[in-house]
Amino acid sequence: MRPFTYERPKNVPAALALASKFAAKDDPPTEADAQFIAGGTNLADYMKLGVARPERLLDLNGLSEASLRQIKITDKSIRFGALVRMGEAADREEIRSGCPVIAQSLQLAASGQLRNMASLGGNVLQRTRCEYFRETSWPCNKRKPGSGCSAMNGFNRQHAVLGTSDACIATYHGDFAQALIALDATVEIEGRRGRRTLAFAKLHQLPGKTPNIETNLAADEIITAIEVPLGPWSSRSRYLKIRDRESYAFALASAAVALDMDGDTVREARIALGGVATVPWRAGAAEDVLKGKVLDEATANRAAEAAFADARPLAFNGFKIELGKSTLTRALLETRDMKS
Amino acid sequence: MNQAAPTPKDNQGDPVVRIDGRLKVTGQASYPADIATANVAYGVLATSTIARGKVSKLNIEDAKAVTGVLDIVTYGDMDNIGKPKFGNTSASSIAPLHDRTIFHDGQIVALVVAETFEAAEEAAMLIHADYEDEQPSAGFESKGTKTEAAAGKNPMLKEDPKAGDFDAAWANAAVKIDEKYSTPTQHHNPIELFSTTAIWQGDQLTIHEPSQNVTGWKVELARQLKLDPANVRIISPYIGGAFGSKGPMTARTAIVAVAARRIGRPVRCVVSRMQAFGTQTYRAETRHRIRMGAGKDGRITAFGHEGWEVTSRPDPYVVGGTSATARMYDYGSVLTHVSIVHADRNTPGYMRSPPETPYVYALENAMDEMAAALGMDPVEFRRINEPAKEVIGGKPFSSRSLIKCYDEAADAFGWSKRDAKVGSMREGDWLIGMGCATAIYPTAVAPCAARVRLTSDGDVRVQCGSHEIGTGVRTIAGQMAAELLGIAMEKVSVEMGDSALPPAPVSGGSISTASVCSAVMQACETVRQKLFAGAVGKDGPLSGSGNAKLDMADGKVGAETGKSAKLADVFKAMQVGAIEEYAEFAPKGSSPEALKKLYAGQPEFHGGEGDEDSVKYAFGAEFVEVRINSYTREVRVPRIVGAFAAGRIMNTRTARSQLMGGMIWGIGQALHEATEIDQRHARYVNRDLQDYIVPVNADIKQVDVILVPEVDREVNPAGVKGLGELGNVGTAAAVASAVYHATGKRIRDLPIRIENLLA
Ligand SMILES: Cc1cc2nc3c(=O)[nH]c(=O)nc-3n(C[C@H](O)[C@H](O)[C@H](O)COP(=O)(O)OP(=O)(O)OC[C@H]3O[C@@H](n4cnc5c(N)ncnc54)[C@H](O)[C@@H]3O)c2cc1C
Ligand code: SF4
Repeated sequence: MRPFTYERPKNVPAALALASKFAAKDDPPTEADAQFIAGGTNLADYMKLGVARPERLLDLNGLSEASLRQIKITDKSIRFGALVRMGEAADREEIRSGCPVIAQSLQLAASGQLRNMASLGGNVLQRTRCEYFRETSWPCNKRKPGSGCSAMNGFNRQHAVLGTSDACIATYHGDFAQALIALDATVEIEGRRGRRTLAFAKLHQLPGKTPNIETNLAADEIITAIEVPLGPWSSRSRYLKIRDRESYAFALASAAVALDMDGDTVREARIALGGVATVPWRAGAAEDVLKGKVLDEATANRAAEAAFADARPLAFNGFKIELGKSTLTRALLETRDMKS
Repeated sequence: MNQAAPTPKDNQGDPVVRIDGRLKVTGQASYPADIATANVAYGVLATSTIARGKVSKLNIEDAKAVTGVLDIVTYGDMDNIGKPKFGNTSASSIAPLHDRTIFHDGQIVALVVAETFEAAEEAAMLIHADYEDEQPSAGFESKGTKTEAAAGKNPMLKEDPKAGDFDAAWANAAVKIDEKYSTPTQHHNPIELFSTTAIWQGDQLTIHEPSQNVTGWKVELARQLKLDPANVRIISPYIGGAFGSKGPMTARTAIVAVAARRIGRPVRCVVSRMQAFGTQTYRAETRHRIRMGAGKDGRITAFGHEGWEVTSRPDPYVVGGTSATARMYDYGSVLTHVSIVHADRNTPGYMRSPPETPYVYALENAMDEMAAALGMDPVEFRRINEPAKEVIGGKPFSSRSLIKCYDEAADAFGWSKRDAKVGSMREGDWLIGMGCATAIYPTAVAPCAARVRLTSDGDVRVQCGSHEIGTGVRTIAGQMAAELLGIAMEKVSVEMGDSALPPAPVSGGSISTASVCSAVMQACETVRQKLFAGAVGKDGPLSGSGNAKLDMADGKVGAETGKSAKLADVFKAMQVGAIEEYAEFAPKGSSPEALKKLYAGQPEFHGGEGDEDSVKYAFGAEFVEVRINSYTREVRVPRIVGAFAAGRIMNTRTARSQLMGGMIWGIGQALHEATEIDQRHARYVNRDLQDYIVPVNADIKQVDVILVPEVDREVNPAGVKGLGELGNVGTAAAVASAVYHATGKRIRDLPIRIENLLA
């Protein structure tokens, strides 16, 4: 591991001041000289592998603002401070019963030890586990723009079928983000240039020609909170995660589903897909298919077809299209059958 | 008694708790890289990023400039050192720093030594090689591999077993199966990482390294370093996951020793999990073709088993499991052939039941297919083909309780409730499947030495250079001594894992319990005879009971008459404080050089199919239930039942634990485990525990182990059949059979993944 400077700023303004002093303005946060660290479960791993190479780490765990560590639940929304740990959010009874898709997406992620360490802010920004990205001896456009994509014609079983580009096919693996994008969450961001609120759906960027730029955050911006609006769909919601083993594995395919039902008929469906796309993936076309329809196996199948209409398979990941569809079908039917 | 400590049945020993269990679970056991070492420097390997070619230039200037770097051992620095030789003690003949040729991905190109681990790691990352690279061959699918017959290339397979006229029987068979099966590359991922710590004191070298073969390594390392073996000591008291991975020594050990000599300080090198994929051994990828012909009555008339296995360019590593598959059932005729395929890969090696796991997987999958083709119950099909003698050499089995295992396991599993019709069992959205398969493992034994000391206070010390690799052999050796000397287990201490102790064979091939216990028995027997003589002698406390049968129990020597004497009194009469005996055990059929070879680290193995009088195997039967979601097709294993018969069971707790662990591994082999290879570059890509998938706790639900009583006096004096490797043989086939029963899909290539089962 390369030597680095470690600092523990006392509050958000101090952290921002350090960030803008040491991070060049135009660097994406993942390439900046100064980078924030929260739980470190993603960043420290990549530093050890030589993938992340910050000169300076700014530890967010010393920030004094209490709201960063709080979960605030009202009738209208749940607001998560960015330093809330995954485990804490997953265990909150009001969230488990009031908005199960959120609790489940966290509960089914990583392991107990990791969930106790990892923050929600860091979670949504976790970087891909593409094997060729993780190992610095391979060409990789995300790690070294312009060097090529080793996964494209290599072993790409875990790679994405949706949202890919000719430059990069790396999957966004996070689970929590699927619940957030399905539920129209927003992110609160503080930077040297002020405070802004962003639709969660706008946080991540498709790889396109610049897969090294993963979000539209600047290197001197901190996520301070994530807010999830609640509604009639919240309690009838579910996260279904299909993986190679029962626990401690990323999704091969997953579906976050929330349904607002009028008897058997769907008033409104909210759907996101994990494990299959390069960014958190809202399946708007599938939602449109279901709106106003009786939800049965046939309509669920049609929604699933719509969700994967544009999917692009490669040598080893073609099964994700079939699996993604059946995952969504199953998730829709199981969510329909929930008592709410 | 609890589930972990099954009540002993006939010929089974008490579930004595592990001597070192508490130390291990409380973190107090010091593994080789934990040993506090004064003034130690840290070594980190730099490895190749191509699989075939030459290093034209190694750029080490940036690495040298890192603060704290002490030395870099690379090309030229090993020239005066002997090259490793491929064999039981050395993993490969590839001598990475003797030669700039690259034979495989992840080959060592340098060892950086620095004041801190971090500095060494940073410097190792800064080493860059310029290569003259060539297109490598990754394996079966690649151009440029070289295929040759395996028989005779390696002592593992002297010749291809055969019997009768296969061609005629095959041509005439009423029902035929002709199918191909495959098993993937699998890598050892023990929780304890591989490591070497080298310490010189003058010309005396001490190595702390997890090892399954301290005596063999001592001799081999001395040869490489041109030292007297007496000046080399290998210490490995605890081993965190062995299973063959720590059996052969790799090139790293000598390199670290050279580094330590160059800088005049101890050097410790802990290999990262990623680098272990290229620098350690692994389970070879295999392919199989099985032709099986049977009559309508279900009798197998023809059995043909062809195998292909990937190995490295220079070394003829042979998996070769046909010796067990050819003797499994009462075949009318047998034809086998094994080929090895040389590719640009590191040399494979042993992994838990190395030959049997892949070969029996193929056979048992074919058995299930044949049973289905015959419309026969798979258990019944095996019953019909139960042999009186093995068909290759016509020798009897020393004991064979396979059908008993099937009966007991089937009963416990509830096999009779299985609806044989494919796809007929279901609960909600979950398809249910049930399958079974046979487990087999050869019973071998090797020469072994041990020293046993009994003091007048009743303290027992057992010393033996075997290895506690998790099997419980330390506990069992102590148990054997405690039983024969009539001493409570608390008073027994056992020392193992040090080449300064009496030599034991490599802890591989499930021979340790049999070999070690036989040596300990022999030493204890002499101790007993000396004590008995003292007890009944002229001044002895049992003087006069000369001809009575004596025994030892509860810290006393007792006579048949009921008279007994405390140990202390016997010792007093003998006027000695302790009796210490050194025993050298050589199994029946040993050559005159057997003991010499033991000391030279090249022990003879006896048993299996190699003996004159009989063939010796342990058997088991495993039953598995799977559940497969009808939408998303993930496979889960709610329960598995295995019944095993392995002669005398020394300790039901450790035996159950070994068999349970084996079955769990078998589930992983069926559904999870595989090393992924980038075929274009012959490089491993899933080199960590997130991407190299093994089962986690949540994948394993109910695991039942049944220890079927069996007595076998032929196998060895202790009457023990090794069972450390028995449990994971057959499991994958049982899972595949259950998957077929649930879905009608016959998956012949492991692992069985979701993509194989979708629509
Ligand atoms: C073995 C393993 C298994 C896993 N399995 C799963 C899984 O199944 N599902 C899943 O969803 N995840 C999984 N994860 C990922 C895990 O959830 C993430 O590593 C974790 O959530 C990251 O949070 P952190 O606080 O540790 O982030 P860090 O590692 O500290 O940071 C991650 C990134 O976010 C940035 N960052 C952190 N906080 C902020 C902030 N407030 N504002 C701006 N930038 C910030 C950092 O600069 C860094 O770039 C797994 C991880 C591991 C190691
Ligand atoms: S998929 Fe993306 S991250 Fe992976 S190698 Fe290609 S460019 Fe790099």
